[in-house]
Amino acid sequence: MEFLKDLWSFLRTRRKMWLLPVILLLLVFGALIVATSGSAIAPFIYTLF
Amino acid sequence: MPTAILGISAYYHDSAAAIIIDGEIVAAAHEERFSRIKHDSTFPANAIRYVLDDAGLEYGDLAAVSFYDKPYIKFERLLETYHAFAPLGLKSFLSAMPVWIKEKLFMKRMLKEKLSAFGDEKIPLLFPEHHLSHAASAFYPSPFNEAAILTIDGVGEWATTTIGLGKGNEISILSELHFPHSIGLLYSAFTYYAGFRVNSGEYKLMGLAPYGNPKSKQTAEFKEKIYNELVDVREDGSIILNMRYFSYATGLNMTNDKKWSKLFGIPPRSPESEITQDYMNMALAIQQITEEIVLKLASTVKELTRSDYLVMAGGVALNSVANGKLLRTGLFKDIWIQPAAGDAGGALGAAYLGWYLWQGKDRIVHGHRDKMKGAYLGPEFGEKEITPIIKKFNTNYEYIEDVQKLSHIAAQKIAEGNIVGWFQGRMEYGPRALGSRSILGDARNPDMQKKMNLKIKFREGFRPFAPSVLEEDIGKYFDLDRPSPYMLLVIPVNSNRLEPLPPDYHTLDLYKKLYHLRSDIPAVTHIDYSARIQSVNKETNPRYWTLINEFKKITGYGVIINTSFNVRGEPIVCTPEDAYRCFMRTEMDYLVMGNNLFPKSRQTQLVSDINWQEAFKLD
Repeated sequence: MEFLKDLWSFLRTRRKMWLLPVILLLLVFGALIVATSGSAIAPFIYTLF
Repeated sequence: MPTAILGISAYYHDSAAAIIIDGEIVAAAHEERFSRIKHDSTFPANAIRYVLDDAGLEYGDLAAVSFYDKPYIKFERLLETYHAFAPLGLKSFLSAMPVWIKEKLFMKRMLKEKLSAFGDEKIPLLFPEHHLSHAASAFYPSPFNEAAILTIDGVGEWATTTIGLGKGNEISILSELHFPHSIGLLYSAFTYYAGFRVNSGEYKLMGLAPYGNPKSKQTAEFKEKIYNELVDVREDGSIILNMRYFSYATGLNMTNDKKWSKLFGIPPRSPESEITQDYMNMALAIQQITEEIVLKLASTVKELTRSDYLVMAGGVALNSVANGKLLRTGLFKDIWIQPAAGDAGGALGAAYLGWYLWQGKDRIVHGHRDKMKGAYLGPEFGEKEITPIIKKFNTNYEYIEDVQKLSHIAAQKIAEGNIVGWFQGRMEYGPRALGSRSILGDARNPDMQKKMNLKIKFREGFRPFAPSVLEEDIGKYFDLDRPSPYMLLVIPVNSNRLEPLPPDYHTLDLYKKLYHLRSDIPAVTHIDYSARIQSVNKETNPRYWTLINEFKKITGYGVIINTSFNVRGEPIVCTPEDAYRCFMRTEMDYLVMGNNLFPKSRQTQLVSDINWQEAFKLD
């Protein structure tokens, strides 16, 4: 719940509401990863990740 | 009740923790020193445990925990970058997203979970921006009440370069350069192309640059190609990169190798392969361009702020060659650079922001000294901790109570051509060993650079060594009129100490150039007659000062070689056990740990440690 509150506050403060559907889709995608217990290992270059 | 704030940097590279109490830095350390994994990026649990213990606090005593960047804005940058470059970057996107969706997007929760191991109390969690954390780490501990601020690194959230102004307890950000246009990433791209590791080998590229031939046609052509094709440098020092040549925004490596090969006429160098003159010239070209960019930025900073003083942080602020040139322009009366200028220093900046920005406390500057305590902010080990190691390894040693006598013996050994491990006092914060965890040698000895590189550090032979010089003697050896306590300024060696170059010098190969006798302190005189200076102050590090002073009494020279106490790929030693093991793994001749002198000739080989090299990945 705190995450959703923070996320909403972030999107409003940064005026980036267009990111909302993207993030929601990614969260569904993430839930699938968690459900299938896939590994999440950060690639080498730090700049993006 | 004192107000304590814990700063953390983690999850990208160089995790660290720092604690300040009522505005004073009490302790700070890199996680890598405890975990023994170089550039460790994991949650700094060991470093946090250490800083809390050192401060004598429990987790519940903290007023706040401050994390050094804003994860959501970083995520915003990620999404917008992928959106901008789509459909390129799909592979990178698919690699990055699971990490974010599973972990980093929930950073707050993750941090709370990790911190719960230290206590159940609900402590406010702060998230200052990455470059603001760097700016705070540069300004707040500096000796200036008002100063211009310049932070340059790879990237934080969006910013890659920031210009600001610090006044009292306030920091105002005046101008920013945004991703993907980044001076740090431009330098890292060349680091990668020259066969060194990104986020680790940048200082090797800087050390390689002086081997480039400044008079060669190839160097001039490289510079021209970089300016014409790779980077558009504007008058104010801002840059626009031609992203067709760089892969980091969409791929899993730094450069578009095909395009670079075509542009420069040389392929990316394989790590550990021979370094040819082509790569030395390339290193020189990008080093010179970086310096030109930094100088232009500094002029803009001056124009925007009209300040007499400049403070710097961010990974590029570790480019001590550029720093030295900037100082010598005289644009600013003085420059102060955060010794932990890289991401580890963000922990300190974040903690400071908790105190000055969040708590709104006043900042008062006393005298001309900074607040870093010489960067000696890490753990200290006394006889109580050293004695069990003496017993564990069944060592042969001599205990010498009198520090003056101990220093004299160590200085005598150095003067005789021996290499001495020096383990004393609190460990350094930042990437440089400053006389607490150092390996020392005689700067006058022409064979010392080769010996120390190949037999002690097990690293590339071209790598230069830095001098530690008595603060009061700087001017005798170097063209510098002020202290340089953190080894962050490269300055010319005094001309009266130099030997002339042979006429065919620039046509010689790397090692012939290297072994040409350049001055009366050849081991610390780099190939371009410069040195990365550490000045040693009698009050800040009395033991180290005494050692160098004893060396001066014996030899007439108040300067020695100082390199970090580690081997290639290993974090700098932290504990007495780390130090003794490192001592036994190399051809160091003596170890001075606390008041104990260990001669190598009287030690027994550590049988259990024969395969130690497998423990450290080459950097």
